Amino acid sequence: MHFGLTEEQDLLQNTVRDFAASEVPAARLREIFEEGSGYDDSIWRAASEIGVTGLFVPERYGGVDLSLLDLALVFECLGEYAVPGPFLGHSLATLALVTGGSDAQRERWLPGLASGEIIGSFAIAEGDAIWDPEDWALRIEGGVASGAKDFVEHATGAKLFVVGASDGQLALVEADADGVSVTATEGLDRTRSLGRVSFDGAAADVLPGGPAAADAVADAGRILLAADAFGGAWKLIRATVEYTLTRVQYGTPVAQFQGVKHQLANLAAEAEPMRGLIWYAAHAFDHIEKERAHSAAVAKSHITDGAVDIARACVELHGGIGFTWECDVQFWLKRALFDRTWLGSPAWHRRRIANLGGL
Amino acid sequence: MDLSYGPEYDAFRADLQAFLSQSWPPHGNEADLDARQQQQHFISKAVAAGYMHRNILAKYGGSEQPADPLREAIIGEEMEASGAPWRLGAQGVGMIVPTLLEVGAEWQREQFVEPTLKGEYVWCQGYSEPGAGSDLASLRSTARLEGDEWVINGHKIWTSDAQDASYMFGMFRTEPEAAKHAGISYLLLKMDQPGIDVRPLRQLTGAVHFNEVFFDNVRTPANWIVGERGQGWQVARVNLKYERNLGGGGHTRRSYHALVDLARRTTRGGRPAVEDPEIRDRLAAIECRVRCIETSRMRSLSAVANREEDKVGLSMLVGKLYQTDTSELIVRLAYDLIGSDGLLAPTDATWGIRSQGRSSDWVDQYLFSLGGAIAAGSSNIQRNIIGERGLGLPRDLRAS
Repeated sequence: MHFGLTEEQDLLQNTVRDFAASEVPAARLREIFEEGSGYDDSIWRAASEIGVTGLFVPERYGGVDLSLLDLALVFECLGEYAVPGPFLGHSLATLALVTGGSDAQRERWLPGLASGEIIGSFAIAEGDAIWDPEDWALRIEGGVASGAKDFVEHATGAKLFVVGASDGQLALVEADADGVSVTATEGLDRTRSLGRVSFDGAAADVLPGGPAAADAVADAGRILLAADAFGGAWKLIRATVEYTLTRVQYGTPVAQFQGVKHQLANLAAEAEPMRGLIWYAAHAFDHIEKERAHSAAVAKSHITDGAVDIARACVELHGGIGFTWECDVQFWLKRALFDRTWLGSPAWHRRRIANLGGL
Repeated sequence: MDLSYGPEYDAFRADLQAFLSQSWPPHGNEADLDARQQQQHFISKAVAAGYMHRNILAKYGGSEQPADPLREAIIGEEMEASGAPWRLGAQGVGMIVPTLLEVGAEWQREQFVEPTLKGEYVWCQGYSEPGAGSDLASLRSTARLEGDEWVINGHKIWTSDAQDASYMFGMFRTEPEAAKHAGISYLLLKMDQPGIDVRPLRQLTGAVHFNEVFFDNVRTPANWIVGERGQGWQVARVNLKYERNLGGGGHTRRSYHALVDLARRTTRGGRPAVEDPEIRDRLAAIECRVRCIETSRMRSLSAVANREEDKVGLSMLVGKLYQTDTSELIVRLAYDLIGSDGLLAPTDATWGIRSQGRSSDWVDQYLFSLGGAIAAGSSNIQRNIIGERGLGLPRDLRAS
């Protein structure tokens, strides 16, 4: 019986934290946020060098062959440092190929994805944010795709899209194929860019394991978003503790006041019990298939909802400065809102929890 | 991650289940005994089989088993599931026994521990006073040494089980000149003697579980002190380290199941309430919190079993506050589900698992939940502890 992290997993998190601390110092994060591109080539390359882009990929395709739990632990650290870049879409595209691709498709794409030279993205939302594989309407007929996808991460920079189609199918579409057009969307979270991708008879290579993989990849995405939000929530709590220890009013650090101390204690009491939800959901993804969907929905709904509440309270605890554009707290508030919304709202997932849990 | 206990533990669980199916409920002549005798019979069998009082030497009445947090967790799960009366008064087994074993005199261990483990001695705790709640060290009840006896005067409050207790352990001011914490000694005393007046306190649910205890020249032998004079505060802290929240989780899960059951039996708009979207949303939100409690409990158990306690310090620190808040969400939804039955008087219930699912039981639980944020370290004190020990925030400003 061991429900905790191994030494290797502690080391993995330390490696990612070291990478993030050196590649994404606060000043650089501010610059990227101001530019609004949500991407930085040197950060992406540095992340690739420590294996983040190919973490889940089997070794024979150049990856590290770790589990979703390991990937979730990496995402916790990415969230902690608000690391800019298309890590989510890339990981999900990669995961779709690993779980649903043919040998030939894997052979063709996984080495480039694992090394980070090819950036993948996962194109699933349609219109008013339809995140459920059952609802995808994009058509693939005769090997070509017709339709459009919204809120696609790093749409303008990705080389390969994994596209969700009707009947829960997944297909590969190359960004430079004829019939693909991409437009950037001005997103809320400026550490991760979004765009709209239209497919007008673009060549599409269907994944043979599509429908089964689609549900699994969506669940993986929910767990990774929860992990990102969790890392961000703790980052904000710690930063707010620091701020209240230095901000002096009435002749004393405001952390001295119970109104402030108790508000922070409440945030810690909400945040820490979330940790086991991520571990459990990721473990279920890796090893307990019948609990995968339910535990992913629990993690996604509870953690991303709670992380937004925590971020709001941290803005409040920073006082007037917290409300300004200059204050970095907004990075994590907006990241939490992205995590909350992408792949379905907490309320939608609570409906799924009720259904999946037999209520 | 490895969520299985492994074959050795699965076999242990199977043996325990077999033992329990033999031993509880009682049959033959034992079935005719009163509840207290049945409990004592059950406990002696469980000790003989090595399932209770495992960390206590045989000479004090324990079963002297090697420490094994996983076996202890399995015992807790299976005992609870069986309904066997394995829980003895928390004050005796949970508090005074570990305290005596760690810092008591040898004669005190020999005299008090074994009968307490058998359920023959019932203890109550004399800590809180009307003027000493969260600020416990400001207590004012006194003990004065006269010859070979302490003479005790004062007033304790919130004393659970005082009406049934054979003994009290408590903190009394013996060194009136000393500084606040240094003037306290830890004494044992007999409850059945002149000068002790136990007055029941009725709580807002209507039930009576705790008392006020008044002392008017109450006497106890000079050597019924645990530790040295003036060290009572340190002695009282000994049992704090035995407070490990490894049993939690099961109770919240059972409450949640009872809530779901209620949602199936009650209606909204002519349909079962469990089909109503708002009710489903609230149930799912509670389910998420119950999962947080269960996985936190798994983390704690794993950490203790693998000697990684340092990794769950914060998780254990926030546990009580989180559990309190979750229990409140459960009873609030239940109260909404029973609708106008919420006008009914609460069932006059006893401690423990009381609900038979009647509306009046839920009214009782609704009211009872108010105590969660007050008892055993109030929620505001929990927030201080989380802030100070968990987040490194400064201590409160205090009037000196």
